[in-house]
Amino acid sequence: MAEKVSNKSVLFNPFSKNNPVIVQVLGICSVLAVTAKLEPSIVMGLSVIAVLAFSNVIISLLRNTIPTNIRIIVQLVVVAGLVVIVSQLLQAYAYDVSKQLSVFIGLIITNCILMGRLEAFAMANRPWPSFLDGIGNGVGYAIILVIVGFFRELLGSGTLLGYQVVPQAFYDAGYVNNGLMILPPMALIVVACIIWVHRSRNKDLQED
Amino acid sequence: MNKQSNSYTILYIIVLVLVVGSALALTAMALKPRQQENADADKKRQILASVHVVAEASEIASTFDKYVTDQFIVNEKGERIGDNAFAVNVANQSKESAAERQLPVYVCTMPGDGATKYILPVYGAGLWGPIWGYVALDADGSTVFGAYFAHQGETPGLGAEIEKPAFSDQFEGKQMFKDGRFLPVTVVKAGQKPLGDEDYVDAVSGGTITSKGVAAMLSDCLSPYKNFLETLRNK
Repeated sequence: MAEKVSNKSVLFNPFSKNNPVIVQVLGICSVLAVTAKLEPSIVMGLSVIAVLAFSNVIISLLRNTIPTNIRIIVQLVVVAGLVVIVSQLLQAYAYDVSKQLSVFIGLIITNCILMGRLEAFAMANRPWPSFLDGIGNGVGYAIILVIVGFFRELLGSGTLLGYQVVPQAFYDAGYVNNGLMILPPMALIVVACIIWVHRSRNKDLQED
Repeated sequence: MNKQSNSYTILYIIVLVLVVGSALALTAMALKPRQQENADADKKRQILASVHVVAEASEIASTFDKYVTDQFIVNEKGERIGDNAFAVNVANQSKESAAERQLPVYVCTMPGDGATKYILPVYGAGLWGPIWGYVALDADGSTVFGAYFAHQGETPGLGAEIEKPAFSDQFEGKQMFKDGRFLPVTVVKAGQKPLGDEDYVDAVSGGTITSKGVAAMLSDCLSPYKNFLETLRNK
């Protein structure tokens, strides 16, 4: 490693300055798929945090024993194992949410953020920083998911976490839910708006 | 030990796969009963939904036992061939030819007026994945009392609207028999009429393929019940 980075920056950088979704633009497909409602967004965010933190720790513990030529396979096996466990736990303890998320929990395996962090960070760092890195990137991902889910559910269905928040008086006055918000393309546009706001506030991220 | 040698690599992956495999097997076995319970409770909730009964999550099993007083399996001829309707996998049965299907029937007694309702499960294909539901008929075997539909992954706001009461409530009061002929209720675009003179409901706008799927599902899964429903009707 070229320079020593502090544990604090490992944990907090991915929240904003090095956010996996809006700066590195990874894991976009699950952002499109699961954010039509707020609740699945939160559960998906938590699942990714758990899988990312634990797979980072496991790979970091194994990093000196893994044969280089099969390291991607080893990473995949670990991630796939953890994802199946999370999916089984959801089916047992949060059945309704697991029905909503259906295949997308399984698809965490293909989320580029995971492979990216394992390959870029956990293979070269000790378990504790790897754990923080996993939590940091997981939270960075979850924040975006929750923001997108919040706006899509509010504007698309007029509810939050299933509770009606747009008062009936609005509908009586002619307000209608924007059906476009619950279709996947609007997730991209919401993410783009977040990136826009984020870039305009962080001058050093702006490209020429 | 040489970490780049073939034997190390092979040994490493074998051990890793064994460890991960057994961890998964243990998790799956430990959680199986709970998952089965959830799946059963969800199925019971859906069956109750077709007769407009909504129960708290914790009370689904007891409510189900209270309302569903009998369940049995019939064959295409309308003869009773078994008792445990709940265990029948409707998805697998719908792939069989009509003559070989096991057709589950749930008999539901409404506490208010003691009226008997017959709940029949249906299963078919939507646009993106399977769709299924339950249709509750009155004791005459013809009048629809209620219907419930669900889907795995139809487009939100379009095809997914079939699970909303706005769609399923349209089925209430429709007839399965017209002038003595058995014609399952169908789904057509709003403003249109079906070719035959069967009863129909309006399709979901923007959900054409899902709506066609519902129509095909009703025709395919309810037709084998023809003889059973005839007997009810002639009672």
